[in-house]
Amino acid sequence: MIKRDINRVDANRRTILNPARKQFATKAVEGEYTHRLNFYKDTPKGDITLEQFEQWAIDRLRVLAELEACQFRNKNSVETAAHMKPLLDKYLPLSASTLNSPSIQSERQKDHYSHFILRLAFSSTEDLRRRFARVETSLFRIRFQADDARERQSFVENMGLEWETVGDEEKMALSEELRAAGGGYPKRMEDESWFKVDWEKVPELVEGRRVFLKGGKAYVPGREQLGLVVPEFNSRLEKALEVTSRALPRLDEDDRLTPILNHLSQNFTTPDASYNSSTTSLHGADISARNVDGLSSSFPICMQHLHRSLRRDAHLKHYGRLQYTLFLKGIGLNLEECLVFWRTGFSKITDDQFNKEYRYNVRHAYGDVGGDGNRRGNGYSPFSCQKILMEHPPGPGEAHGCPYRHFSMDNLSALLQQVGVKDQEVLRGVKEDKEKQKFHLACNRVFDYVHKQEIKKVKDDGTWTSNQLETLVHPNEYFKRSYLLKNLDKVPKVEQGDVEMKG
Amino acid sequence: MPHSTAIREDGAMLVDAGNENAHMETTEVTAAPVSEGNGESQESNGLDNDITMADVGVEGANIPQIKDEAKPDLKLEDLFADIDSDEEFPSSTGQDMKVAPSSPPETNFHVGPSSRASDPEVMRSFYQRLFPWRYLFQWLNHSPTPSKDFGHREFAFTLQNDAYLRYQSFPTFETLRKDVLRLMPSRFEIGPVYSTNPRDRKTLRKASAFKPIAKELCFDIDLTDYDDIRTCCDKANICNKCWQFITMAIKVIDVALRDDFGFKHIMWVYSGRRGAHAWVCDKKTRLMDDQKRRAIAGYLEVIKGGAQSDKRVNVKRPLHPHVARSLDTLKSHFQHDILQDQDPWETDEKFDRLIKLLPNQALKDALRKKWSSAPGRASKAKWADIDVLAKTTKGLDGQALLEAKQDIVLEYTYPRLDIEVSKKLNHLLKSPFVVHPGTGRVCVPIDTRNLNAFDPLAVPTVTELLADIDEWTESGEDSKDGKRIQDWEKTSLKPYVEYFRSFVLSLMKDEMGTTTKVKREQDDNGIEF
Ligand SMILES: [Zn+2]
Repeated sequence: MIKRDINRVDANRRTILNPARKQFATKAVEGEYTHRLNFYKDTPKGDITLEQFEQWAIDRLRVLAELEACQFRNKNSVETAAHMKPLLDKYLPLSASTLNSPSIQSERQKDHYSHFILRLAFSSTEDLRRRFARVETSLFRIRFQADDARERQSFVENMGLEWETVGDEEKMALSEELRAAGGGYPKRMEDESWFKVDWEKVPELVEGRRVFLKGGKAYVPGREQLGLVVPEFNSRLEKALEVTSRALPRLDEDDRLTPILNHLSQNFTTPDASYNSSTTSLHGADISARNVDGLSSSFPICMQHLHRSLRRDAHLKHYGRLQYTLFLKGIGLNLEECLVFWRTGFSKITDDQFNKEYRYNVRHAYGDVGGDGNRRGNGYSPFSCQKILMEHPPGPGEAHGCPYRHFSMDNLSALLQQVGVKDQEVLRGVKEDKEKQKFHLACNRVFDYVHKQEIKKVKDDGTWTSNQLETLVHPNEYFKRSYLLKNLDKVPKVEQGDVEMKG
Repeated sequence: MPHSTAIREDGAMLVDAGNENAHMETTEVTAAPVSEGNGESQESNGLDNDITMADVGVEGANIPQIKDEAKPDLKLEDLFADIDSDEEFPSSTGQDMKVAPSSPPETNFHVGPSSRASDPEVMRSFYQRLFPWRYLFQWLNHSPTPSKDFGHREFAFTLQNDAYLRYQSFPTFETLRKDVLRLMPSRFEIGPVYSTNPRDRKTLRKASAFKPIAKELCFDIDLTDYDDIRTCCDKANICNKCWQFITMAIKVIDVALRDDFGFKHIMWVYSGRRGAHAWVCDKKTRLMDDQKRRAIAGYLEVIKGGAQSDKRVNVKRPLHPHVARSLDTLKSHFQHDILQDQDPWETDEKFDRLIKLLPNQALKDALRKKWSSAPGRASKAKWADIDVLAKTTKGLDGQALLEAKQDIVLEYTYPRLDIEVSKKLNHLLKSPFVVHPGTGRVCVPIDTRNLNAFDPLAVPTVTELLADIDEWTESGEDSKDGKRIQDWEKTSLKPYVEYFRSFVLSLMKDEMGTTTKVKREQDDNGIEF
């Protein structure tokens, strides 16, 4: 998608981003980046090509999408940092100042610019703004923690935060209180410095009585900086995004940027931007209308249930059709085949009725019709588990949703047995998961059970990495992994765990 | 997808709420919004659960009994959790109330010896002649001219038949007064200021447009939370001995709010029976979100766990300055009010608790032996025994003993807050100056400058007040210096109303000072905004 738009405007032309109308200034001279970390206070002032504009944004988006997936998988900060390291090194490296690397300035420029480009892309709705701020804050936290102590200190001092350093005289006068509030730390007052901030800035420290309070001011020791800097980063970014969103309409004048920005934001609309709907890695798979029955044994139970309901009733209600259509699209069923699938599936109605009532919806989901935005974005993204769990719980007669969540235990158990999961221990586990509302664990438990032998094999062979066997959080991932495991002999190489933009 | 629009619009709220949850609690992504189809987060759940309840009330006076705890599905807790726990009034009260005429004539009601606080005529006279409506209005409005601070404020009425009406709001105090006289609630509560008028919340297209935006920070201290260490009285009863718990609590909390957090406008109010409420009214405080309220609550909370917990005080050493200061304040109370007046470890099963909290097995054994052989030995003597026997106990860790003793002092004296009241912006709390239906006492403000002198048992009851007026009328005088004497001025409610008035005045002064300042700044800045 992006390529087409770029070609239209001559990719090699230098893009001048005018500050009067845009977020960028025309001045070509860029100041040196003295710090590795960036609070993104100043908007970029240099020129970049449209290609850079796009590529840098996509690279950052890969990182952010994966970071959000980590949050979704409930990784702790140490696990997240470890998981993100290779991706960060690849797409958004930031060398320490002490390394004197020749690429330091260009790395920092890319980090700086890509952040601002994504600000443009993600400021349009409140939901996007909140998610963007959250995931950027998380990125900042990882980097802040990885920074070496001296560089971090110098960065903090240059941030221009409204923190008043507690002077020596006051420090000595309050030494007893300050030390007591720090749980006896530090032994020698000279070993620590304190900031004075409004207590509202550090609610967590106040709540845990980890700071001394006086007259509404909290006395924060230097070692609690992270707790101060990170919320500050977050709140500033949220405010800045708010401002950007108000400035956004003016950007519409530029028909070169708008499509890119729209595309970027569409790829961030579900927490699983990490899911790659392209099926190139499923070589040789027969993804066709007539083969859906055969493939359905690799579907997660939510989709199997939709499939069985369709076959039983020759009909599905609206949300069921939507959930299933997008899933089928995600496994690589093309639009024509999908139309065939639904036409034959709805066997009790006439062609005329089908064309009038259903055809359009399927085409719309594929981005074949609809507004510019819809077509450019290839329609909707397949639903993630989160979306299925959270949105539109099924009503009477509706077959969509997540059976682990939306079915009673009896019905769920019956369904599982119908699809061949009869092991009492697995069923008991599912019951416990459901009671604890760990629906995705239940689903993964069933997956592991159904693919027990194959998983053992790839583990023993060492052909799959643990990344490739990570908790499933998307029905299409479920299918893809299931298919690959069941066709180990046919599919030579697997590309997983990497983020790709579709289009 | 043309025909999905309606559903989607309808579902839009759900979608947002779901996401919200997912973002706030990544740990429980799948678990968050289980309250079927209602993914609203805790903070805002008053907003959509009201449908069953509030509607019932708006219609009029004949409201069925809706307090039905047997139906858990309705999430009644969200509505009823807000009711002050002080109030389990006897079921006989208010059951046989007559429905009052809708606009009562000015009554000249006389109080006889048989008059009771729950008598509708008594209550009517009180609301009509004594309740300080104007000051209440100014207190909540922060200015003499009606504003949204008052107009968008939620009031909730508890009617005589126990029905509970939420989301009442009034443009002026006259309209509030009128409705109170019409409905004759046994009491009413004050909730937050909302972004739009609470009465209009149903007509809004987006439910999110109706949200609580400001409320005083409140604290609730109730003597029932002290029942495991209170020996003089139990349940609803109080005396001056156990009131000392409240006195200590007010001292400790008040100084922390002022010195540590820098709050200025703090009003303590007697809850009418066995507790006190605090209202922190500074503008900055009113605008705090729940996270900040939680932070303050956490900062002040020292006693954790129920009476069954092994150890209810777990504080870091060295003691945080707030805890150290509190301990200093509480030490003398401990000697007098606890050891002497409450005598909490008099009997065998009671001193068990004390021994449990001490370190060193040898010391424990020695103490147990000594106390078992001297039944009825006073707590004060027992407390002294600890140090005496410690001296001869081998291998005793002096520091550990000191800390254990400090923890015991805290456990027996540190304020026990009903912390949930403080954590949420949208919590409702009983209004000052309403009458407690059980005791008939007025919920008067407590003058903290003279805290030790406050005697809950001397707080006037509504019947006493009406008698005061009658007495005054007999003496004749009705005006002074050409001004009509207000009815409250003729009664023992006078000092309390005057205190309230001066509190409100100083709050308004500060507030109006800031408003004019802000205005001037805006003028100076021109269009900078
Ligand atoms: Zn008592």
